[in-house]
Amino acid sequence: MTTTPLQPRITDIGPPAYDKYLPPVIRKNYGAWKYHEKLAPGVLCHVAESGDRLYTVRAGTPRLLSIQTLRRFADLADKYCDGYLRFTSRNNIEFLLEDATQIEPLKRELVTLGIPVGGMNNAISNIVHTQGWVHCHAAATDASGLVKSVMDALIDHFTQEDLPAKLRIAVACCLNMCGAVHCSDIAILGVHRRPPKVQSEMLKKACEVPTLIASCPTGAIRPVPGVGGKQSVEVIEEQCMYCGNCFSVCPAMRMADAENDGLSIWVGGKVSNARTAPRFSRLAIPYLPNHPPRWPEVVDAVVKIVDVYRGEARKYERVGEWIDRIGWPRFFELTGFEFTRYHIDDFKHAGMNFARSAHVRH
Amino acid sequence: MADGDDGKSLKGCERETPLLDELEKGPWPSFVTEIKSASATSESAGDLLGQLELSYEDKVSHWKHGGLVGVLGYGGGVIGRYSDVGDKFPKVAHFHTLRVNQPAAWFYSSEALRTICDIWERHGSGLTNMHGSTGDMILLGTTTDHLEPAFQELTRAGFDLGGSGSAVRTPSCCVGMARCEWACFDAMKLCYDLTMAYQDEIHRPAFPYKFKIKCSACPNDCVAAIARADLSVIGTWKDEIRIDQAEVANYAAAGMDIQRDVCGNCPGKCMDWDGKQLSINNRDCVRCMHCINAMPKALRPGNEKGAVILVGAKAPILQGALLSSVLIPFVAAEELLETLKELIQRIWDFWDEYGTNRERIGELIQRVGLAAFLDGIGLDPVPEMVSAPRDNPYIYYQPAKEDEA
Repeated sequence: MTTTPLQPRITDIGPPAYDKYLPPVIRKNYGAWKYHEKLAPGVLCHVAESGDRLYTVRAGTPRLLSIQTLRRFADLADKYCDGYLRFTSRNNIEFLLEDATQIEPLKRELVTLGIPVGGMNNAISNIVHTQGWVHCHAAATDASGLVKSVMDALIDHFTQEDLPAKLRIAVACCLNMCGAVHCSDIAILGVHRRPPKVQSEMLKKACEVPTLIASCPTGAIRPVPGVGGKQSVEVIEEQCMYCGNCFSVCPAMRMADAENDGLSIWVGGKVSNARTAPRFSRLAIPYLPNHPPRWPEVVDAVVKIVDVYRGEARKYERVGEWIDRIGWPRFFELTGFEFTRYHIDDFKHAGMNFARSAHVRH
Repeated sequence: MADGDDGKSLKGCERETPLLDELEKGPWPSFVTEIKSASATSESAGDLLGQLELSYEDKVSHWKHGGLVGVLGYGGGVIGRYSDVGDKFPKVAHFHTLRVNQPAAWFYSSEALRTICDIWERHGSGLTNMHGSTGDMILLGTTTDHLEPAFQELTRAGFDLGGSGSAVRTPSCCVGMARCEWACFDAMKLCYDLTMAYQDEIHRPAFPYKFKIKCSACPNDCVAAIARADLSVIGTWKDEIRIDQAEVANYAAAGMDIQRDVCGNCPGKCMDWDGKQLSINNRDCVRCMHCINAMPKALRPGNEKGAVILVGAKAPILQGALLSSVLIPFVAAEELLETLKELIQRIWDFWDEYGTNRERIGELIQRVGLAAFLDGIGLDPVPEMVSAPRDNPYIYYQPAKEDEA
């Protein structure tokens, strides 16, 4: 097919114009919204200065969608809202209605199709996640399967707004951390626990050695003479913390290890500026095993954090703000998670995280 | 989505998938059901399921490392992928991803969505991600010979590829003025205008590493710009929060504990509720959004709107994760596009000159120092840039005026 010469090629046109697919009520009231209110879990009403109203029904998706399901979404948009819909920054779908009488029929049809309505306000919305074993070479775990397993367990917190504040969960299948793992209330991160296996034969053919050496955050890779006088590298194993970045730049640094790969759990990150400043997630559990297809240890840990947080936190407190108030020792006590040597930072500015005061609770 | 029973007619995948079948149970929509649905029109979806089942048995990925494919004229936009078990699953031996630049804030008409589906039915697996974390529509899985025809059909339908590689990546934005009363600038228009201004830099990688731009129209930061973009544009305002005292009283009457839940959570400690009147000392307000979030009918951002410009966010690799930090505390909404274009050009010139291979702009700033970076791009230091001044005395003094030749 590529043998056909390229007829008039169209390039550099960018995306469709930013206002091309806006429904008329949005076009009319663009930039002139007065306030919004929640009508029910997953249903918002925006009121414009003009008095016009826009109703939004939000529903969960698995992010990985077939064209069959996308066409079904298009049919629903035609049936209930003149053919307009949007996706959110957490990969939910939103139907945009002008006619309030269509809200309940749309919700009923979504639920009949197995599409949960919710994910707003003080709920657990969709889990931002990555490719996993579906499409990535570097994944230490699967993303879609983890998300499905965790959301099945937390579905009631998606369809109801029963938490002290919003609670955001993210999954990344390796510590490239594509997505939002480093800044989420609860984050699940795929990890390796063994150094790469250097495949010298491949290395000479496929890798640029200086780039490979520069890829290591801890300087654990150094050049050595390889087989037959060809250049290779060795890994100083005591210095390697299995980040896998050498594999990202060089296929000869094989990281995948079925028995030792797994998950770590992080808590307390946020991006919004409300009340407290944006902040990173912190390590809660250094390692849980990869147990597809349901990852029961991971699901149990996440449910535990949600349950303890729900019981203990005050209104408006995000997970990180709650832990700020009660302190980390109490977090470990309440969750029953073990505090280990792995929780103590030993990267460059580690001392910033040491407790440098006599503020101790008893 | 209720197509789970289609599994029996699965094309292309002869093997059983007992582990993945478990993931069709339960209330959350199932990605396994999606893959089975796609197999109605695509043989590669069946083989994808087969290979994924093997990964679930083996607990490792079965994709080979890397893969360099693309379309003529562009240096990015396609993520090449090859199976390492292509003999067992020939229909995913090639399984490349096309990144398609999404419409701003992910608004679609049903017609646009169907157009994409029809193109992808002709040229790919029928599987998508709506959307990738950077914002692109992800068309998941096709063969090398379909890339160019798919691209040609997409551009004829008005869609272009997004970014990948050491390039400007696809900018994204929150819903902004389309459906939010808190929008302090037109995030969708700014996102679109920047995307159009940098088409060359998006499509033809020319940088030391990737560069991402995200626009959130208020400090709630609904696209996580502060965590996920090298250049983060976050809306704010300069004047006073607008208060409707009658609506405040309504919230109180409805049972809200305004003193405890609103004033008590104010980081600037600048609010007071005496039971009748809410007062805000706006000079001490840090524009965190908490009180406005809590009482959207009563409180609104001020009228003098604009944005904070922040720089440098990235994930951990290589030198640790970074959040973006303040570069310009306020740019008026109407001056944003021109200011950003000028600023971005200066940042790129500096990065191009001093950035090392695979060094994000945030890491370059860490390495040379924020002060040197400011010199490099011609910005004066202001106290809003730091959470506190340094606490060590290792200061690089510049020559006093009289020492200069």
